[in-house]
Amino acid sequence: MDSIINPFSSGTRLRDMIRAIRACKTAAEERAVVRKECAAIRAAINENDQEYRHRNLAKLMFIHMLGYPTHFGQMECLKLIASAGFPEKRIGYLGLMLLLDERQEVLMLVTNSLKQDLNHTNQYIVGLALCALGNICSAEMARDLAPEVERLLQFRDPNIRKKAALCSIRIIRKVPDLAENFINPAAALLKEKHHGVLITGVQLCTDLCKVSSEALEYFRKKCTEVLVKTLKDVANSPYAPEYDVGGITDPFLHIRLLRFLRVLGQGDADASDSMNDILAQVATKTESNKNAGNAILYECVETIMSIEDNGGLRVLAINILGRFLSNRDNNIRYVALNMLMKAISVDAQAVQRHRATILECVKDSDASIRKRALELVYLLINESNVKPLTKELIDYLEVSDQDFKGDLTAKICSIVEKFSPEKIWYIDQMLKVLSEAGNFVKDEVCHALIVVISNAPELHGYTVRALYRAFQASSEQESLVRVAVWCIGEYGDMLVKNVGMLDVEDPITVTESDAVDVAEITIKRHTSDLTTKAMALIALLKLSSRFPSCSERIRDILVQQKGSLVLELQQRSIEFNSILEKHRNIRSALVERMPVLDEATFSGRRAGSVPTTVSPSTGASLKVPNGVVKPTAAPLVDLLDLTSDDAPAPSSSSGDFLHDILGVDLSPASGHSGTSQAAKNGTDVLMDILSLGTPPAQSSSSTPDIFSPSQNQKTAVVSLDGLSTPSPVSARAASPQATSSIIDLLDGLGPSPPAPENNGPAYPSVIAFESSSLRITFDFSKSPGNPQITVIKATFTNLSSNVYVDFVFQAAVPKFLQLHLDPASSNTLPASGSGTVTQTLRVTNSQHGKKSLVMRIRIAYKINGKDVLEEGQINNFPRDL
Amino acid sequence: MIHFVLLISRQGKVRLTKWYSPYSQKERTKVIREISGLMLHRGPKLCNFLEWGGLKVVYKRYASLYFCMCIDPDDNELETLEVIHHFVEILDRYFGSVCELDLIFNFHKAYYILDELVIAGEIQESSKKTVAQLISAQDSLVEAAKEEASSISNIIAQATK
Repeated sequence: MDSIINPFSSGTRLRDMIRAIRACKTAAEERAVVRKECAAIRAAINENDQEYRHRNLAKLMFIHMLGYPTHFGQMECLKLIASAGFPEKRIGYLGLMLLLDERQEVLMLVTNSLKQDLNHTNQYIVGLALCALGNICSAEMARDLAPEVERLLQFRDPNIRKKAALCSIRIIRKVPDLAENFINPAAALLKEKHHGVLITGVQLCTDLCKVSSEALEYFRKKCTEVLVKTLKDVANSPYAPEYDVGGITDPFLHIRLLRFLRVLGQGDADASDSMNDILAQVATKTESNKNAGNAILYECVETIMSIEDNGGLRVLAINILGRFLSNRDNNIRYVALNMLMKAISVDAQAVQRHRATILECVKDSDASIRKRALELVYLLINESNVKPLTKELIDYLEVSDQDFKGDLTAKICSIVEKFSPEKIWYIDQMLKVLSEAGNFVKDEVCHALIVVISNAPELHGYTVRALYRAFQASSEQESLVRVAVWCIGEYGDMLVKNVGMLDVEDPITVTESDAVDVAEITIKRHTSDLTTKAMALIALLKLSSRFPSCSERIRDILVQQKGSLVLELQQRSIEFNSILEKHRNIRSALVERMPVLDEATFSGRRAGSVPTTVSPSTGASLKVPNGVVKPTAAPLVDLLDLTSDDAPAPSSSSGDFLHDILGVDLSPASGHSGTSQAAKNGTDVLMDILSLGTPPAQSSSSTPDIFSPSQNQKTAVVSLDGLSTPSPVSARAASPQATSSIIDLLDGLGPSPPAPENNGPAYPSVIAFESSSLRITFDFSKSPGNPQITVIKATFTNLSSNVYVDFVFQAAVPKFLQLHLDPASSNTLPASGSGTVTQTLRVTNSQHGKKSLVMRIRIAYKINGKDVLEEGQINNFPRDL
Repeated sequence: MIHFVLLISRQGKVRLTKWYSPYSQKERTKVIREISGLMLHRGPKLCNFLEWGGLKVVYKRYASLYFCMCIDPDDNELETLEVIHHFVEILDRYFGSVCELDLIFNFHKAYYILDELVIAGEIQESSKKTVAQLISAQDSLVEAAKEEASSISNIIAQATK
C-alpha cells in the first residue's frame, strides 16, 4: 500500500521482507536478505527518514526476533516515542520493550517522554506509557516516575487503573522503599467491582506485603473481611459469560484472592479464623473436572496448608491431594507431588499414607513427574521404611532411563548413607548401586564407602569377596572398579583364603592369580581412567607382598607400565619397581594394610566443619614457635587422592593435609606442612608417609602391627636411608629433615642422598605472611660452610579464586643483613592454591648469633587487570639464623 | 510472576518473545535454545511442566506452535496453563481462527494483545471482551491516523504534479 501511495520510496514493505526471509532456503541466504534490509534501514536512519521510521522499526523487531543484532535501531524507538501521533508512539513503545532492557543506558533518555505520556490527555497513550514502564523500568526510572503512577491509580478509566496497579508492582519490586506510598491507594482498589482492577489490585497488595511488614499489618487489619466477602461473591456468582472459564467465574481472580488470603492468614490466628468458612466452601464446592477448577483447588490447598492450623480444613486439603495424586492427568499428578512436599512439614503421617502411589510416580515415563516424586520419596524416608524403599529404588535403577540415573543414583547414595541401620546393609546397597550405575556415583561417595569398609574389620573378607563377584559381573562401572581394586589391594589375602566367612555368603574359590587378574585387567583396559589405573598399580604393589607366589608376575606387569605414556603411571611403576627390586626387605612394611580411616575426620572434611580458616594470630597464640597453626585434626591419610599432588589441602592451615602415601611427588607446600608438623611430632608424619603406623588419633585403636610405632619407624629409616652417615637415628627422626630425606629416597632414583640436607642444624618452616588472599611460607637451609648465610625458599600460595598475574615479591632488610633475591619460578600465581610460585632468597647475617633476622616485604600483583599491593613485616624467623 | 513468554514453532523457530525479567541478549539466546531443546522433545501425553534452572516452564502446544511461559517455582502451574489458553483464545478471536502465519506476518499485533493481557509478569485482565475492545479501539486510532496521513499525502502529491 505504502509503496503505491509513494512511488519514490525505496525499500520493501514489512510483509514483503518477511516473505523474502521466509523464502530463504539456507541460513546463508537468510543472512544475506537480513544484511540488505539492515543496510537499507541504517541508511534511512542516517538520512533521518521520518515517513518510514515506524515501518523500519517494525522490520527491525522482526529481525531482532530472528536473533540478529539491532542495537542501531534503539534511538529510533526514542524518536518514535517522542513524536506526537498515536501510531508512532504505539510502535515506538513496542520497539522499546523488545529491543531494550532495563540495563541499557539509553533507557534513561526515555524517562522524560514517559513522564509526558503519563500525563497525556489521550488515555490510550497513557496506557502505552504505563505498559512500557511496567515491563522494563529501571530503579532510577521507578523513583522518578512513581508519583505519576501513584496518581494514575485513581484515574477515571478502570483500564488505566489496572495498568497503573501492575506498574506499581514493578516499581516496588525495583525500589521497595517506595512501598508505603502505595499502601493506601492499593487498599482502595480492593473495593472495586471491575475484575481487571480487582485482580491487579489484589496482586499489588500481595506484593506490597512481601516488601513491607507495615503493609501486611495494615491489610490484615483493614482488608481481610473485604477480601473474604469478595471471594464469597465471586465463588457464588451466577454464570457470567464474560469471565467464565469452564463453568467457573474468573479463576484468575479466585486464585489471586486465595493467594492474598494466604499471605494474610500466615502467622495470624484471627485472620486465619475469619477465612476458614470460605476456604472450606471453595475446597468442597469447586468443580474438579476442568483445569480451571483444579487450579483453584490447588491454590486453595496451599492456602489451607499455610494458614494457622485448622484440623478439619487440613483433612479436606490432604484428601484433595489424594484425589489429585490418583488423577489420570499428568499435570494434576505433578502439582499433587509438588504440594505433598510442602504438606510433609504439616502432616508427615498423612503423606506417608500415599507412599506407594508416590513410589509409582518415581517410575513414571514423564521426567518432570519422576523428578518431583524422587524428591518427595527422599523426604519421606526414615529409619523405619528405609529398607523397603531403598530396595524399590535400586530395583528401579536397573530399568531407568540413562538421563535419570544420575539423579536417582545420587539420591539413593544419600539415603543409604544417611539412614543405614547397619554397616553390612550399607555396603550391600552401595555395591548394588555401584554395579548398576557405578559411572554415575560421585567420587566422594566412593571415598565414604571406603572409609566405612575400612572401619568394619569384621566385614573386610565379606566385602572384598562381594566386590570380586561384582567386578566379574560388571567391570564396566568405573567407580565399582576403583573400590574393588582398592579393597583387593588391601584385603586380597582375605579374598583368597575365605577369611571371615559370613553365614549369608556362598564360598568362592579365588586363586591368588585371579586376584592379580583384576588389577591387571583394570590397568590394561583402555576405558579405565588415570586414577583407576594408578589405584590398580598400588593394589599390585600391595599384592606383591601379600602373594609372594605372584610376585614375579606383578613385577612383569609393573615393568610393562614403565613405558606408559602417562607420566603419573610411568613414575609410579618405576618407583614401585625399584621398591620390589632394591628394597625387598622393607617392602612388607611399606605395603602394610592402610590404617583405619578416621570416620569423624572424613565426615568433618566432607561437611567442611573442620576449621579451615584459622587466622595466623590465633595460631601464634598457641604454643607453636613458628606461627604455624597447631593441627586440629588428625592428619588424614588418603590413598585415593591422587590429584592432591599439586596442592595438598592448600587452604587449610589446620593440618588436615592429605598424604598421598606413595604418590611421592610431594610439592613444597605439602613438604612444608609435613615439616612443621614434624617439628612437633616427627614420628607421625613419617609414619603417614610410609603408611606404617596409624595416625595419632587412633594410634591405640587397631591395626595389629607387629612393630610398635617407634620400632618400625626406626626400621624404615635405617633401611631406606642406608646411604646416609650413621647419625643417631632417633635424633634424625625427630628432626624435620629426616622426613624430607626419606621422601627423596623413596623415589628410588637418586643413588646418592642429597648432601646438604645432612649438614648443619635444621629449622622449622614458618608462615611468613598470610592475608585473606595470599600465603607465603619460608623454608630455611644453611650453607654448610658459612653459618652466616641462610638460604630461604619462599613459597607463595594464592588463597583467592582469582589468578594473580605480574606477581612481584620484594623484600628489604636492616643494615646488618645482606639480601640476595633469585628470580621467581613464575610471575603468575594460579587461583585457589592450585599451584605455587617459589623464589629463593639468600640472606647473610653479619651479626650471626647476636641478632636474628627481620624483613619487610611487599608483594605486588594484578587481579583482572587491577593492581594490588600487600605489605608486611616478618618477625617470626627462627632464632640463630 | 511470569519471567518470560515464548512462542516457538515445532521447527524451533521463534515467533514471539517477551521478557519481564532482565536477560541479556546472550542469555536470551541461551534460554531459548535450552528450553526449545527440552520442550520440543517431550512426548504428547506428558505433563506440561518443565523444571528448568530453578524456575518452572509451563508450555502448551496449539497446532504447530508451542506457547510457553516461565514462572517462579511456587507459582500456580495450572493457572499459568489457563493464562496461556486465555491468550490463545483472545488471539483466536482477534485473527479469526488464528494460525501460525497470522502470528508471523502480524507479530506486532500479537505483542499488542499480550501487552493488554500481561504487564510486569502479572495478568491484568480476565475478560476477553475487554481486551478485544481495547485492541480494536487502538487499532481504529491507528487507522484514523493513516487515513488522515494518506489524504494529506494525496493532496501533496496532487499539488506537486
